[in-house]
Amino acid sequence: MSITAQAQSVIDDLASIDEGARLEVLVEFAEALPELPPRYADHPDLLERVEECQSPVYLFVEVTEGKVALFLTAPKEAPTTRSFASILHQSLDGQDVATVLDFDNEFPERLGITKLVSPLRMRGIRGMLARIKRQVKEKA
Amino acid sequence: MPVPIEQNPDFTGYAHPEVLVSTQWLQDNLGKPGLVVVESDEDVLLYATGHIPGAVKIDWHTDLNDPIVRDYLQGPAFAKLLSSRGINRDDTVVIYGDNKNWWACYALWVFKLFGHKDVRILDGGREVWLAENRPVTTDASVITPSNYPVLERNDAPIRAFRDDVLAHLGRPLVDVRSPQEYTGERTHMPNYPEEGALRGGHIPGAASVPWSRATQENGKFKSHADLVALYQEEQQLNPEDDIIAYCRIGERSSHTWFVLTYLLGFSNVRNYDGSWTEWGSLVRVPIVTGAERG
Repeated sequence: MSITAQAQSVIDDLASIDEGARLEVLVEFAEALPELPPRYADHPDLLERVEECQSPVYLFVEVTEGKVALFLTAPKEAPTTRSFASILHQSLDGQDVATVLDFDNEFPERLGITKLVSPLRMRGIRGMLARIKRQVKEKA
Repeated sequence: MPVPIEQNPDFTGYAHPEVLVSTQWLQDNLGKPGLVVVESDEDVLLYATGHIPGAVKIDWHTDLNDPIVRDYLQGPAFAKLLSSRGINRDDTVVIYGDNKNWWACYALWVFKLFGHKDVRILDGGREVWLAENRPVTTDASVITPSNYPVLERNDAPIRAFRDDVLAHLGRPLVDVRSPQEYTGERTHMPNYPEEGALRGGHIPGAASVPWSRATQENGKFKSHADLVALYQEEQQLNPEDDIIAYCRIGERSSHTWFVLTYLLGFSNVRNYDGSWTEWGSLVRVPIVTGAERG
């Protein structure tokens, strides 16, 4: 299991600030989640629902010439879920298939936010990661 | 000092209209001495994306629950929490939140375990406040820490434990979960798989009255007449009945507990916060599956 440079920098950024400020960084991630391109925004049926999340979050993976493109969406009223989606997008979008499949499953725990967010709510990000990997495996 | 109660014709008929405030009343009263506004949400980040000016955040999980034992804070920790939010014992606390005030009602219920006198719910919660384009801010609220007294929690009047429920079988129980959870088709609530149980179904004799039947589309509470029609006429519950409400962890049933206790004036309603995540995993307790109460 390994980690991408982008993921490591998320871990380092969060580790460098105190707990209170981490929530603000998560809000910034939530705001930074890219909009879906029209081909998915207009066709929600193409997206897979992440059942582990408390809020409706949907994702779709494209694999083109060995590179992974990630598409994730979650409502504005669910910023925690959006921030998780955004962190995974930043960490994995554009990576090689092998890199994504080898990506550390323990990454969510390494973010240092479990206590802040509550373990219960961390289930969502693990579910997203597992589903991303499964779709990559199917499409590679 | 408490803030005067709202006189609002929309609240006419409710047994305790003083426990509700409207969005307009709250906006008019923001900043009044003796008033503290608390946001309590499902989503732990929602407050940080924008909250009612001056509101403080209390999270159901990271603040109100004991971090180790499945229980609520004890007196010293509750006093510390409320002091850090600038709440005094005689303040008026208005709570609002997402998900049609589930967590707001849950927080109110915890405040009541400690006997805080004046706690009110913002009718319609966060959703209505935002829909009406009322002010929100991401500015940090200025808090003057208070000195909230250390009090012993008094669970008995409004909280039921599993042994209370076992002893209660045969008397009114209200299951406020979704119909699929009630019948046992699902062991968890749609979208909340992590809060599941080992077995599906309901507690014998429980009536199925999903919590959301007490609300309007926008999350405001239904009128007194509509609530009477639902709980007293359709469900044949009486104001003096000994009633226990439950869901999966006690949050949706706090909402129903609030409605029965304050809006209809039922005198003896308890919330079983162990709820289905406990009952559905207990060894050898009776369970009924299917649509019949059993």
